[in-house]
Amino acid sequence: MTTLTQSVARPRATTAPQRVRRGLSGKVASAVAIVIAVLWTTPTFGLLLSSLRPEDQIKSTGWWTFFSDPQLTLENYQQVLFGTSSSSGQMASFLINSIVITIPSVLLPLALATFAAYALAWLPFRGREWIYIGIFALQIVPLQMALVPLLSFFSQGVDVFGVHILPAWDLEGPGRFVQVWFAHTCFALPLGIFLIHNFMSELPGELMEAARVDGATHGAILRKLVLPLVGPALATFGIFQFLWVWNDLLVALIFAGGTAETAPMTVRLAQMAGTKGNEWQRLTSGAFVSVVIPLAVFLSMQRYFVRGLLTGSVKG
Amino acid sequence: MDFDFAAEQPKLVQLLIGIAAFLVVVAVILLLVDRAPMRRRAWTHATILLLPAIVLLAIGLVVPAVRTTLLSFMSGDGMRWVGLDNYAWMFTQPEALTVLRNTLIWVLLVPLLVTSVGLLYAVLVDRTRFESLAKSLVFLPMAISFVGAGIIWRFVYAYRADDQDQIGLLNQLVVALGGEPRQWLQDPPLNTLFLIAVMVWIQAGFATVVLSAAIKGIPAEIVEAARLDGASPTQMFFRVTLPSIRSAVIVVLVTQSIGTLKLFDIVRTMTGGQFDTSVIANEMYNQAFRYGETGKGAALAVFLFALVTPIVIYQIRQRREVR
Repeated sequence: MTTLTQSVARPRATTAPQRVRRGLSGKVASAVAIVIAVLWTTPTFGLLLSSLRPEDQIKSTGWWTFFSDPQLTLENYQQVLFGTSSSSGQMASFLINSIVITIPSVLLPLALATFAAYALAWLPFRGREWIYIGIFALQIVPLQMALVPLLSFFSQGVDVFGVHILPAWDLEGPGRFVQVWFAHTCFALPLGIFLIHNFMSELPGELMEAARVDGATHGAILRKLVLPLVGPALATFGIFQFLWVWNDLLVALIFAGGTAETAPMTVRLAQMAGTKGNEWQRLTSGAFVSVVIPLAVFLSMQRYFVRGLLTGSVKG
Repeated sequence: MDFDFAAEQPKLVQLLIGIAAFLVVVAVILLLVDRAPMRRRAWTHATILLLPAIVLLAIGLVVPAVRTTLLSFMSGDGMRWVGLDNYAWMFTQPEALTVLRNTLIWVLLVPLLVTSVGLLYAVLVDRTRFESLAKSLVFLPMAISFVGAGIIWRFVYAYRADDQDQIGLLNQLVVALGGEPRQWLQDPPLNTLFLIAVMVWIQAGFATVVLSAAIKGIPAEIVEAARLDGASPTQMFFRVTLPSIRSAVIVVLVTQSIGTLKLFDIVRTMTGGQFDTSVIANEMYNQAFRYGETGKGAALAVFLFALVTPIVIYQIRQRREVR
């Protein structure tokens, strides 16, 4: 901590933007920066430490007592992950659900958005501008607006003026995953097509033209030329979609139900927070289990994510 | 370990089916595109590539949006037309008005706080030796689900009676300073502010990263010139830094407003909307999926749509200007 303070406060070889900072700098400024960093880190740290403390201790003393009376255990994780009683958490089951939900819900929109973006960026057909604008505009529709009708689409099929056009899906058990994949795929497409299209339309057109003159089909151009080049855009959207699906509560609550058969971890955690608000040993370890995978993905892919974020937002 | 792996197998089978379906879809589309002769006009290819996405968008977004709008003029069971009754309920009943008031507080405070904290932090850590570590620390909550964050913060706000040891950090601090422990999440209207703190905690990292990149993009000559003219630090910030990163600030404000309007998970996990903390998105879920009041839920969703639309249109215009 002290080294951080010193390095922030000490004037070093300055570049112009640094002077902007130093304008606000000095001891107060670095103190503020440290306070923010501590404020932002402490809650998560407290959760992690708590999840490792024995049950009676979590419930009777604050996690900071760990420093005077260190006791750690993996008991909470054992219980919350693998316990079989209905009150234990059964997180392992819900963890598997989360994985089963996430993989197709990332792959499908990624592929479909890439195809659509390619067509919109590189195929000269009439009305493509309008289709593109239409898809972009669909970002306006809040998820909340789509939920009730989409649910009835799954459970009752489609009727037009009393004529049954599509049957109900009547999905039961693991089949309900299909609904969730379907919903996530639909909801992800506007943003996905938009992001990938932005990136794709900046590829040099001569490249495609040359390939076509050589007799390559659109399929071949897509596979061999475009895909390797739009890698960064796909990575950005993939991470984004992964985090969104993994962390989603609303779509899962409605389309996956609430049981260990299909519901993801977020749903389980929300249930536990509602009904067992005082079972801190399970809440903390459960929350940490749900946080670990996205954190790992996020940390290892942070660079791509930030890059994509910036091309998408700042440059416009 | 009494975990039953056999019981999990149907799920994994389902996952394999899902992945197989994905591969089939991709293969079929690529095959069709390859088979369609290149000589033909582009729209054959375009149709093959676009059709799946457009069909899904129609089923998943367009038709539902239209139907929800219709539902909002119908009774809860969707059997008869009730005109504007649902909207009248939204703007007159005290409980619905509380929801609107809360949403207003959220959408005014969150973008403002997120942007100011993000900007302050970005300026403070800019070009320091620990910049990337410092930014990562604040950026991390972005990866945590709102539900997970809700639990983290419920723990911070946890309450124990006066005579017991506190386990929540906030009450511990209050007690250490000689105060009385409080049930932070149960006294309106302050509890809404405590929920808002969670949202700010999650989102500030996003603002930091975006704004920090913008700050680094300020041309050095401008800063140099301002310094030569003898600008004070405060002048520097308000006359040079802030105007130069205006478009990035707007991007952050806009995305935060949209995200805040649709916010649902934090409220649901932390209070369930009790103690006067509900917001539009949460109330919409309650009405439509818990009380079976589809009409009221739909009206709330349409209202949400009406609130989001101008912000998104503004964003599109901004993008055009930047280009």
